[in-house]
Amino acid sequence: MITCQNLKFAYPGERFALEIDDLCIKGGAKVALVGASGCGKTTLFNLISGILIPESGSLDVFGETPGSLSASARQQFRIRTIGMVPQNFELLDYLTIRENIELPFRITSVLSGDASVRKRCEELAERSGISDQLSKFPHELSQGERQRAAICRALIASPALILADEPTGNLDPANQEKLVSLLLEEADRLGSTLFMITHEPELIPRFDRCIDLLQLRREARV
Amino acid sequence: MNFRGLLYLGARYLTRHKARTLILVSAFTLVWLLPSLIAMVVGQVENRIRARAGETPFLLGKSGSALELVFNGLYFTKPEIQVLPFREVEAVQADDLATAIPIYSRFTAGKNRIVGTSIDYFSFRGLEIVSGRQLLRLGDCVVGAKTAEENGIVVGDAVISSPETLFDLGGVYPLKMKVVGVLARSGTPDDSAIFVDVKTCWIIEGLGHGHDGADQLDPDKLLKSDGETGVIRVNAAVEEYNEITETNAANFHFHGDTGDHPVTAAVLIPHGVKEQALLKGAMAADKSLQMVSPSEEMDELFETVFSVQQIVLWILFAVGVATVLIGVLVFLLSNRLRKDEFRQLKMLGADVSTMRALVVYEAVFVILVSLLLSGALLFLFSLVTPGIVRSVLAG
Repeated sequence: MITCQNLKFAYPGERFALEIDDLCIKGGAKVALVGASGCGKTTLFNLISGILIPESGSLDVFGETPGSLSASARQQFRIRTIGMVPQNFELLDYLTIRENIELPFRITSVLSGDASVRKRCEELAERSGISDQLSKFPHELSQGERQRAAICRALIASPALILADEPTGNLDPANQEKLVSLLLEEADRLGSTLFMITHEPELIPRFDRCIDLLQLRREARV
Repeated sequence: MNFRGLLYLGARYLTRHKARTLILVSAFTLVWLLPSLIAMVVGQVENRIRARAGETPFLLGKSGSALELVFNGLYFTKPEIQVLPFREVEAVQADDLATAIPIYSRFTAGKNRIVGTSIDYFSFRGLEIVSGRQLLRLGDCVVGAKTAEENGIVVGDAVISSPETLFDLGGVYPLKMKVVGVLARSGTPDDSAIFVDVKTCWIIEGLGHGHDGADQLDPDKLLKSDGETGVIRVNAAVEEYNEITETNAANFHFHGDTGDHPVTAAVLIPHGVKEQALLKGAMAADKSLQMVSPSEEMDELFETVFSVQQIVLWILFAVGVATVLIGVLVFLLSNRLRKDEFRQLKMLGADVSTMRALVVYEAVFVILVSLLLSGALLFLFSLVTPGIVRSVLAG
């Protein structure tokens, strides 16, 4: 579960400030986050994942308060709890798709990699329709395939929370549909909470709930 | 930080960006290798040159450039140096102060130097004849291993001296010499030489010659025969020999005193310390001659060479520093280009120290590989350079 009360964050020297009075997302929920560009969607994700620290208020993520943790504890929390799907299929160009998917296990000692990682990678790739692309490099794949590989990477450590930052932004409608289906199915399979930023209205009905961040901020100001 | 994962990521980055890695490794390898290689080659050249100089106690020559005398006496170069009369060599020998070995290094056969000397030279230099025999007669020659190899010469073949000037009929004319022996390879300038008796050189120079005896002459070729003085004048139809054979050898003779005939240098091997001191005293008194110690001359030469080498090494050091700085710049710039990659790694959970370690690992890898490579190359060069240095110094 994610809960926040009277949350406030501002970037130093900037007029922008994110204020949320009350927000609660239940564990296992599939939530779409909408709102105009620049309203603070990515900032909220960074606060939840502990990359940013709130100025005031409380933020509780699956029983932890990221803002009160030390830097290394925050990092461990992020690795263990959160799988992030970026907008721009950020895969390392010098690694194969398999190596990219297994990357979280290589860069940190928090996750212990064994033979099951390889098997899990293959299962994820199979379900994502990229099992025949595992030995290829990112530039050899289409945009949709690359984004599916990024989703596999976010899911490889079976996170409790999936934060997807507008992952369909660069895809055509058919691929958007496939990608959201994949995310929803995998979140269901893992019992994970899915929190996804999107600008596509036609995708919103697929989610349990939709949060308009602008609305949330207006409520906070009233 | 997952150290194994870090090594893996670094290795994958370097192998995936092969061209960049290869250029960096090559540049750093050259930075480490060049100064060491130059120092090694110069050291080997110095050792070989010093060794030959060290084996030669003294050289006697006409006053002038001591270094040119050393080069003529040891390497058979500088053929234009002033000559000294053979009488001086005979005088040293007669005084019984030293063994004197004449060197007359002026003529060539093709690109090989003809060295007029005595058979003492071979034992002095430890030169071994691998096929054939030693010099016995006028017109015999013993060739160095490289001369034989490059010209396909074997015992029984002939070598013809090169004329110095084509149109000087009274000057040096070609003499056909018989190859009677081939020397074993010594890795010294002796390998590229053609050794003859010093008198054969005088025949090449025209100071001695051979023709039919007066008693064998056709009366038509005889212009005047003075029975009282023994002077015989013949016309131009009398044939001068251009080859010394068993049948005509007895008809070769030298006009004038052979003591006046030239040599370019003489190797002096004093019989002892006392004789050496006496010899030095005698030579110091004669201002027309010089007696030099090749080792001392080489010491002076290498002081200059060492200074030049130091300058070259400093230049290489500056180039090396510039290369290292460019390498650092390449790393810094490529890290800026990798900003997205590092952001991604951070998003996936890598901490700052992991990313720093990744960059350091790649830099250390490039430096280590280039060091190993330069070490391996230096080792390989150390195997081949002695042969190359020997061959180059052999002429």
